[in-house]
Amino acid sequence: MKPGSIAIVGAAETTELGKIPGMSQTQLHADAALNALDDCGIKMVDVDGIATAGESPINLAHYLGIVPTWVDGTGVGGCSFMLHVRHAAAAIAEGLCSTVLITHGESGRSGVGRGGFGGGSASLAAQFESPYGPMGPPSMFTIPVLRYMKDFGLTVEQLALIAVIQREWAALNPRSSYKEPLTVDDVLNERMIAYPFTKLMCCLVTDGGGALILTSAERAADFPTKPVYLLGTGESVETPMVSQMDDFTSSRAFRVASRKAFAESGVHHSDVDHLMIYDAFAHLPIYGLEDLGFCERGEAGAFIGERHTAIGGKLPVNTNGGGLSYMHSGMYGMYALQESVRQLRGTAAAQIEGAKISVAHGVGGMFAASGTIVMSNEKP
Amino acid sequence: MADRTKIPRPRPTPETQHFWDGTREGRLLIQACNDCGHVYFPPRPFCPSCSSRNVDVLEASGDATLYSYVINHRPHPGFDGPYAIAVVTLAEGPRMMTNIVNCDQTPDALQLDMPLKVTFERLTDDITLPYFEPVGDAS
Ligand SMILES: [Zn+2]
Repeated sequence: MKPGSIAIVGAAETTELGKIPGMSQTQLHADAALNALDDCGIKMVDVDGIATAGESPINLAHYLGIVPTWVDGTGVGGCSFMLHVRHAAAAIAEGLCSTVLITHGESGRSGVGRGGFGGGSASLAAQFESPYGPMGPPSMFTIPVLRYMKDFGLTVEQLALIAVIQREWAALNPRSSYKEPLTVDDVLNERMIAYPFTKLMCCLVTDGGGALILTSAERAADFPTKPVYLLGTGESVETPMVSQMDDFTSSRAFRVASRKAFAESGVHHSDVDHLMIYDAFAHLPIYGLEDLGFCERGEAGAFIGERHTAIGGKLPVNTNGGGLSYMHSGMYGMYALQESVRQLRGTAAAQIEGAKISVAHGVGGMFAASGTIVMSNEKP
Repeated sequence: MADRTKIPRPRPTPETQHFWDGTREGRLLIQACNDCGHVYFPPRPFCPSCSSRNVDVLEASGDATLYSYVINHRPHPGFDGPYAIAVVTLAEGPRMMTNIVNCDQTPDALQLDMPLKVTFERLTDDITLPYFEPVGDAS
């Protein structure tokens, strides 16, 4: 940030202060946010960046109706908002977003709709989804797929094939959790978890971790490793409630994040040598291929069927075996990035010959959040 | 046998209380914006489309269609399994998660876009949940 380049233009507190038993904690955020918009004469639709602490920025973006291209949920206690201001300044200066909303709301005295102990059941998801018996990602992340299958004619065999092809990749990787070959029938005959998903269409549950170190391209020359340069990045969130996704056949968060990343990078889809799409469940690569723009709507099932994402295909996808066969500890995005780095260093177990550009695309929650990173081993 | 006391209990907030008061009286309440006309759910005291605080509560017809679902096969103490977790589209536009009751919990019985009607089940003195059931003589 250049000094004097970023300004605070709107500021307001909640309508009342003191004792506010008539508002939940989330609504205190919203009340302050609406007042700040009024203060500077803009609408929520003008806001494209959101930062908050003590409340999920996903919850808040959905509650307020914001489509963000920048999201910060840094929570380090009472000074979180100073960090948000600093991060927002960097983001605006970098063009990641243009107008940031930073909110605070806390029902510290009345304790209305507070998270944490005994407060979980007051969230919108707890009120309007939990009573209907969802049991975590396997029975929630999967809910949209029947709509996709009906609208685009995707078959359950095409869905199963995704697990089969990823197992083929995993077989090349000594660190994969599962390497034995699979057939479509093997996948379909496995135990049903949440129709139409059998166990082999759901990610593994394993232990593990990963870490990355970043520095400037200038300093990278001083390191012994082959640098992987960032070309473009994108992020967004949609809703913490899968039932409230705009369209069950497409993820808005995927579209917003990836568009931003591709635009920043200047990379064309046909230039991409390697792609990682976070595959918590077998339908994720379908949504990813289409929402990132590699396939037209409704065509990803056939694209995978033609083995374009498989070994020897024109767009190798999830070359480590993915969350379905490599590993999945819970927040798999780190492993997608690790595989992109290995491919661009030329050290992957299933190395793509001459890979220069890799895209790693991640999901958070159940289509709730998304991040896309475009990388290269060559400086543009 | 399902133990209905094991169904997670919603805890209303001031912004959602009207919804739970409505279901207790057998009414499905959603909201509409007086400025832009947007009809929305879940509840909040301002319009998520245009940020206006000028919004009203309105009673939905209770008509809906089946948008998507899964049939959960893992055991849940509150349900006789396997059971469908569904999302329906209300005639007025908003979507909500629900269970499809008075209907076999099978892919054959649960056809996307089938017409549904709201029905209510009292869970506690405070909480009555809206469910949906097939219209007409479906199983
Ligand atoms: Zn409106």
